[in-house]
Amino acid sequence: MRKPLIAAALAGAVLSVPTVAQAARDYISIVGSSTVYPFATVVAEQFGKTTRFKTPKIESTGSGGGLKLFCQGVGIKHPDITNASRRIKKSEVDKCAKNGVTEILEVKIGYDGIVVANSKKGPQLKMTRKDLFLALAKEVPDPKGGEQLVENPYKRWKQVNASLPDVKIEVLGPPPTSGTRDAFVELALEGGCKKFGFIKAMKKSDKKGYKTVCHTIREDGAYVEAGENDNLIVQKLEANPNALGVFGFSFLDQNTDKVQGSVVDNVAPTFDNIADGLYPISRPLYFYVKKAHIGNVPGIKEFLAEFASEKAWGPDGYLTDKGLIPMPDAERKKFLADIKKLTNLKLASN
Amino acid sequence: MTDGKLITGAELAASGSWHGSPQTQRRLRKRQAAEKRFRAYGLVAILMGVSFVALLFFDIVAKGWTAFMQTHIQLEVTYDPEVLGIADSGDTQALSRANYTGMVKAAMRKTFPNVSGRRAKRALYGTVSSGAGFVLRERMMANPDLLGSTEKLWLPADDDIDMLLKGHIRRDAPESDRRVSDQQIAWVEQLEQSGQIRKQFNTTFFTAGDSREPELAGIRGATTGSFYTLLVTLILSFPLAVAAAIYLEEFAPKNRWTDIIEVNINNLAAVPSIVFGLLGLAVFINFFGLPRSAPLVGGLVLTLMTLPTIIIASRAALKSVPPSIREAALGMGASKTQMITHHVLPLAMPGMLTGTIIGMAQALGETAPLLMIGMVAFIVDVPGGPLEPATVLPVQIFLWADSPERAFVERTSAAIMVLLGFLILMNALAVVLRRRFERRW
Repeated sequence: MRKPLIAAALAGAVLSVPTVAQAARDYISIVGSSTVYPFATVVAEQFGKTTRFKTPKIESTGSGGGLKLFCQGVGIKHPDITNASRRIKKSEVDKCAKNGVTEILEVKIGYDGIVVANSKKGPQLKMTRKDLFLALAKEVPDPKGGEQLVENPYKRWKQVNASLPDVKIEVLGPPPTSGTRDAFVELALEGGCKKFGFIKAMKKSDKKGYKTVCHTIREDGAYVEAGENDNLIVQKLEANPNALGVFGFSFLDQNTDKVQGSVVDNVAPTFDNIADGLYPISRPLYFYVKKAHIGNVPGIKEFLAEFASEKAWGPDGYLTDKGLIPMPDAERKKFLADIKKLTNLKLASN
Repeated sequence: MTDGKLITGAELAASGSWHGSPQTQRRLRKRQAAEKRFRAYGLVAILMGVSFVALLFFDIVAKGWTAFMQTHIQLEVTYDPEVLGIADSGDTQALSRANYTGMVKAAMRKTFPNVSGRRAKRALYGTVSSGAGFVLRERMMANPDLLGSTEKLWLPADDDIDMLLKGHIRRDAPESDRRVSDQQIAWVEQLEQSGQIRKQFNTTFFTAGDSREPELAGIRGATTGSFYTLLVTLILSFPLAVAAAIYLEEFAPKNRWTDIIEVNINNLAAVPSIVFGLLGLAVFINFFGLPRSAPLVGGLVLTLMTLPTIIIASRAALKSVPPSIREAALGMGASKTQMITHHVLPLAMPGMLTGTIIGMAQALGETAPLLMIGMVAFIVDVPGGPLEPATVLPVQIFLWADSPERAFVERTSAAIMVLLGFLILMNALAVVLRRRFERRW
C-alpha cells in the first residue's frame, strides 16, 4: 500500500518542479569575471546584510563565459548582471541583440593592476615592457639585428637586458582562459612589442600577423601556466626565489610580506601609482546590467546604488581595502550619472 | 630414483643431501631472497601510502586547527539612541537600519581616547571586524529594551588582527611588509595587557554562511547545500539502482542486449564527472528549465554519476546470495516477486547499502559537474530548500582556496577537515554495515 503512495509523491514532486522554476526569482543573479568576483561579492554581502533584499548569487565564470550566459536572453532564468575584466566586444553586443538583450547598462567600477612579482628573498627587479615582451613572446626580433623574427632564443634575464640578474627566465602566470592573461598580453606584451618600429608598422599592413607576434606567449617552458589560482602562484614564488609570477594587484596587496612587485617602465606597482594611471599594466573592470530585468527582479536598482556609493567604490571605500583601485572623481561621477539615468551602452566605433 | 629405490636418510647425508648441494643451496637462497623482496615491495607500498596520508592529514590539521579559534575583542558598547538614530524602540524598521557600526566605532574611541586624525581612526576601526555591527544588530533586534543601556561584549576582531595573534603575521617584520601597522600592534598589545583580547571557540565557522570577511565566513550554507544535494541524490539513485540491479540479476534474459547494457553501465562508472555536468546543463537547465545553482539539479546530476556505482555494487550483492535460497523459496510455492522481496533482497541489502554509502561519499566530494550547473558561486544565505541557490562543501573549499585574504588559508584547511570527517564517518558506516549484517555463505 505504501509503495504506490511514494511513487505518487515522487511523480508529484517531479511534475511540480517546472511551475516552481517559472515563479519569480527573488534574488539577483550575477555571473562573470573571476577578477571582479572578489569585489562584487563584498558589495553583494554588504547589500544583503543592510537591506531587506536577499544576498545576490555570484558565479565566477570568467569574463567570456559570463557574457555568453548574459547574452542568452531575457527572463528570470538568465543572469541579471555580468562582471567583466575587459570591455564587452562588438560581437558580444551583437549576440546579445540577437537574443533580445538590447538594453544594457555599462558600469566601470575601478581599475586593477597586473603585477609581475617575485619572492622577497630575491632582489626587486626593474624591467620594461620591452623586456617582458622579449622574455615571454614566442617570436622576437633577431637579436643579431635586422627585421626578421626568430624563435625566442633568450634563456636568462641577463640576455634580455644586461641590467637584469643572471637567472633563468621562469614566469608563472594564468592560463589562456583567464581575463588576467588577456590583459597581461594586451598591456604588457603588446606594449613592449610596439616599441619595435617594424612590428608597429605591421599593425597597418598585416593586422593579423601583428596580433600573432605581439599576443603569442612562448611555449618552451619559460612561461608556466600555473592555473587560475593566484594564491598558488604566490606559494610557488615563495618556494622558488628565482621565479616570477603574474597576478592581480589584490594578491600582492595581501601578501606584501612574501612577494614584491617588479618595477615596470620605472613605475612600481603601488596603489597610488595604479590609481594615478602611471603604472602601465592596469586595466579597467566593468559590470553590465540587463535593463529589462530592472523592476522584474527585486533589488537591482538598490544593488547598483550600493556599488556606486562612495563608501564602496570611493577612494576610502571598503572595496579599496580589498585591493580595487578607485576611479578618479570625474569618472565616478560620470558612471553614477549613467546608473541614475540608466544610460544605454554605446560602443564607440572601434 | 630411476631404479625405483628409495633413498634413505643415510644415503642422502652421504651424498651431501639435496639441500646440501651447492647449486640447490644457491637456488634456495635466491628463492628465499626473492620471497623477502616480494614481501618488502608490498610493505614499502603500504608504508608509502600511509605516509602520504599522514602527510596530508598533518598538513591539513597543522594549517587548519587554528581556524576553530577566533580572536575577539572586549568592548564596552552603549546602545546610544543618538548614535543609532533610533527614536522609538518599537520601530522595527528603524531598528534594522540603525547605525550599529557607529556604535562599535564609538566604543573603540572610548577604549582608545587619545587617537585622533582621520587615518589613525580608520586604522583603529579596522582592528574590529566589519561584522561587529551585525552582532549588535542581532542582539538589539532580539531585545529592543537594550536601547540606552551599556554592556560589555566580546566582538570578533578583524582577520588581519586574528592572523597577527595566531602568529601568521610576524610582529618583527618591517612595517611595510605586513598588513598590520605598528600602531595597530601597539593597540593590540595594550588590549592584551588589559585582557581585553582573547581567542575563543569560533562558533561563526559552523553557524554562518559564506562571507568575504574571513572572520564572518562559515560552512553552514555549504553543509546545508551538501545535505539537500545528497538527499535528492539518495532519493533518486537508490530505488532506481536497486530496481535496475534486480531486473538485470533476476529477470533479464542472458543475451546480447543485456551484455551491451552491462558494458555500458561499467563504462558510465568511468566517465569523467564533468561530462555529467555538461549533460545536466543541457538537459535539466536548458531543456527542462530548472533553476541554476539549485541542489535539485545538483542532486539529479550526481544521481547520474552515482547510479552505475550503486548498480554494480547491488548486482554483486544479489549475486552473492546463493541460488539455494531462491530455489528453496520457489520450491515452497513463493512467487518470484515474493522470493525476491522476502528472501533475496533482505539478504543482499547490507551489500547494497554499503555500495550506496560509498556512492554517496563519492558524490559528497564532487565539484567538477557542479561547476557547469552554477553551484560554484558565492552564496551567503543558508539555503532553505532544494530549489534555492546553494553550494556544497568541496566547492566552498575551492572558493576559499582561491581567496586572496590570508585568513582563508586556515579556513580552507578547516573546511577540508570537516569534509574529511564526514567522509570518514560515511565510510566507517559502510564498514560497520558490512561487518554486522553481511552473511558469508
